[in-house]
Amino acid sequence: MSSETKQILTTDGIPLEVSLKKAEKKNKIKAFLLVAPLLLFLIITYVFPIGEMFSRSIDDKMITNMLPNTFKKMEKWDGQELPSEEVFAAFYYDFKVLVEKQEHGKLGQRLNKEKNGFNSITKKLFRQVKREKIDESINIKEQIMKVHKRWRNVEYWQAIKRTAPPYTMSKYLKGIDMYYAADGSITQVDEDRRIHRILWLRTLEIAFFVTLFCFLMGYPIAHLLATLPMKYSNLLMICVLLPFWTSLLVRTASWMILLQQQGVVNDFFVMIGLVADDSRPEMMYNKVGTYVAMTQILLPFMVLPLYSVMKTISPSLMRAGKSLGGTPFVAFWKVYFPLTIPGIGAGCLLVFILAIGYYITPALVGGASGTLISNQIAFHMKQTLDWSFASAMGLMLLSGVLVIYWIYNKLVGVDNIKLG
Amino acid sequence: MSKNPEFVKFDKVDKSYDGKVLVVKDLQLDIAEGEFITMLGPSGSGKTTCLMMLAGFETPTHGEILLDGNIISNIPPHKRGIGMVFQNYALFPHMTVYENLAFPLRVRKVEKDEIDKKVDKALSMVSLKGFETRMPAQLSGGQQQRVAVARALVFDPAVVLMDEPLGALDKNLRESMQYEIKHIHESIGVTVVYVTHDQSEALTMSNRIAVFNDGKVQQLSDPAELYEKPVNSFVAEFIGENNTFNGEVTDISNDKCKVKLSNSEILANPISVKSKGEKTTVSLRPERALINPTDKMDNMFTGKIEEVIYHGDHTRVRLNLLGSSEFILKVPNSTSNLELKVRQDINIGWNSIDARALDPK
Repeated sequence: MSSETKQILTTDGIPLEVSLKKAEKKNKIKAFLLVAPLLLFLIITYVFPIGEMFSRSIDDKMITNMLPNTFKKMEKWDGQELPSEEVFAAFYYDFKVLVEKQEHGKLGQRLNKEKNGFNSITKKLFRQVKREKIDESINIKEQIMKVHKRWRNVEYWQAIKRTAPPYTMSKYLKGIDMYYAADGSITQVDEDRRIHRILWLRTLEIAFFVTLFCFLMGYPIAHLLATLPMKYSNLLMICVLLPFWTSLLVRTASWMILLQQQGVVNDFFVMIGLVADDSRPEMMYNKVGTYVAMTQILLPFMVLPLYSVMKTISPSLMRAGKSLGGTPFVAFWKVYFPLTIPGIGAGCLLVFILAIGYYITPALVGGASGTLISNQIAFHMKQTLDWSFASAMGLMLLSGVLVIYWIYNKLVGVDNIKLG
Repeated sequence: MSKNPEFVKFDKVDKSYDGKVLVVKDLQLDIAEGEFITMLGPSGSGKTTCLMMLAGFETPTHGEILLDGNIISNIPPHKRGIGMVFQNYALFPHMTVYENLAFPLRVRKVEKDEIDKKVDKALSMVSLKGFETRMPAQLSGGQQQRVAVARALVFDPAVVLMDEPLGALDKNLRESMQYEIKHIHESIGVTVVYVTHDQSEALTMSNRIAVFNDGKVQQLSDPAELYEKPVNSFVAEFIGENNTFNGEVTDISNDKCKVKLSNSEILANPISVKSKGEKTTVSLRPERALINPTDKMDNMFTGKIEEVIYHGDHTRVRLNLLGSSEFILKVPNSTSNLELKVRQDINIGWNSIDARALDPK
């Protein structure tokens, strides 16, 4: 049929189909050019840093480049007994190069992270090499083993072999309190040193409860906002939004003034006789402070999506529910509440994701028992300068958020989210 | 079983929202069992407020509302057992048609089998069988409307309230739904209180119509009487079309009065006027005035045609008559039609019984 239908031509003789495609292509290019700056911006500020973070978190190339020959020779080593003369010799020559470049210190530090005690024996070896005490014409293995008894210990050579691959997951393992044991298996650290796991669980717990508190407080407020007459609801809306317009730091600082032991809230408790003057409760530098301040700060993120959804629910639906015989509670629970689920989903997801990565507030009012994983990341960024570990934890946090998002999508469906 | 003529009773009901203005004033209204009564009026006339008070969403400021002899002013809406069809249908958007209909039955703890039966019956009543699993958003406006009607009827309420249920439908659908609702009412005999501002809807469907204005019932009567015998000029104006003359009564007897207009005098039927010298507005339906009347009529005048508008089934003619250029005539279109031309002079006549002298506007 189609071959029989006459081809439609435009006035200048080009088939209509072709010229339509041409016009469409032009539009597509135009549309792409319009979003191109944003795309570029996103790539530079988002995709690239995350990629950089990832590569930094697994990067272990430094040592691979320092001992290239050693690792090559080690490939044949079974790792059970001391390596052969060949390996020792390769290690010696690699080390000599490092000494010339004055990079032997870095090697010592890096190996020390893998196994304690490397720092001192590489220093010893360095002094021997510097003084040219090692005779390259005879057995190098014997001479190195004489430098320090640890060089005779096979565990140290196993440790060197473990650093061979250019990439490592050790930072991620460290983030969940695990490490590669001497035999290469993944092991948990001693129970009294498992700090990260506590931090992860605390972060989840605080994020969960902050979300819950925000929901419990935000739902009635949003309902009120959506049902009050305009002139009152505007005023209330300003009250909800006011914290938004105040600096986060100022708000957190004001909570510090309110919550400290000699603070306003405690003074009030003492005044009404709720607590004795000498037993004022600690409401700051612990979880309580973190809960109170974060709930207050994140509340608008719960109220706004809920409000925007509730605003669209016609009041006649509740009336219909009641007129059809439902008690006010049944009408609310069966009619109103299910219709607000998209808003609840959006609000909870928003608050939870913000809470899980929250930094300033827990850092200021959290104290020791109220700090979160983000504070630990900042600690490694600024204090220990272990950026690869900070990157690894950052990525773990990011993937945790993605997992939560995925679970949420499975349970509620992301297309059900309504932000406004 | 004899029908209760006071099945629903508004007894001296006042309603004020702000304590200053009464939106419903001293309402006295009895609705018989099984009756289809329409509250008709312009917006802001208090008709919807009356409906909301009956449904229980508003409480009367004064007076009582009785349902089957019981005062219901203090009963919450969910215990009144009154079905309601809302203006925008108010179907629950997250429930299927079946769940929407089952809702009033489930909250009454009706058994599953019974629910199925009743929902099925209600859906077949509005000819929507097979739509059980659809969501309201997947239905057209007319279908949603029927679901809303079925939902209001499915739990066999004694009274069904309808708040401008056809307002959102297009004209053709609205007309067919009017008949459908009327037939449903006739077949199940439920008492219906219907609110609308559309007078043709009210005339088509109701047993009786209560015309509301300014918080008061202006006239309560059956459609024919309402149209033919409006008791005041508001009703005459609001229902159907109307030619009016403002004047003063110069002479009055039992069934006739003379009304002096600015430059002439007509005979009219005294309804609201009692004595000489009263101001009055005379109302005359356009179809009661005839062109070149063959019978003798007591009002005969000559007017000049200003405008002729063809309407398909009839032609509207605007005349300059008795000093007013707004006099409307409706001429049925038939084969023996007269040739009507603009600026042509024609003779017009009507009987004084059809010209009702009402209160002055």
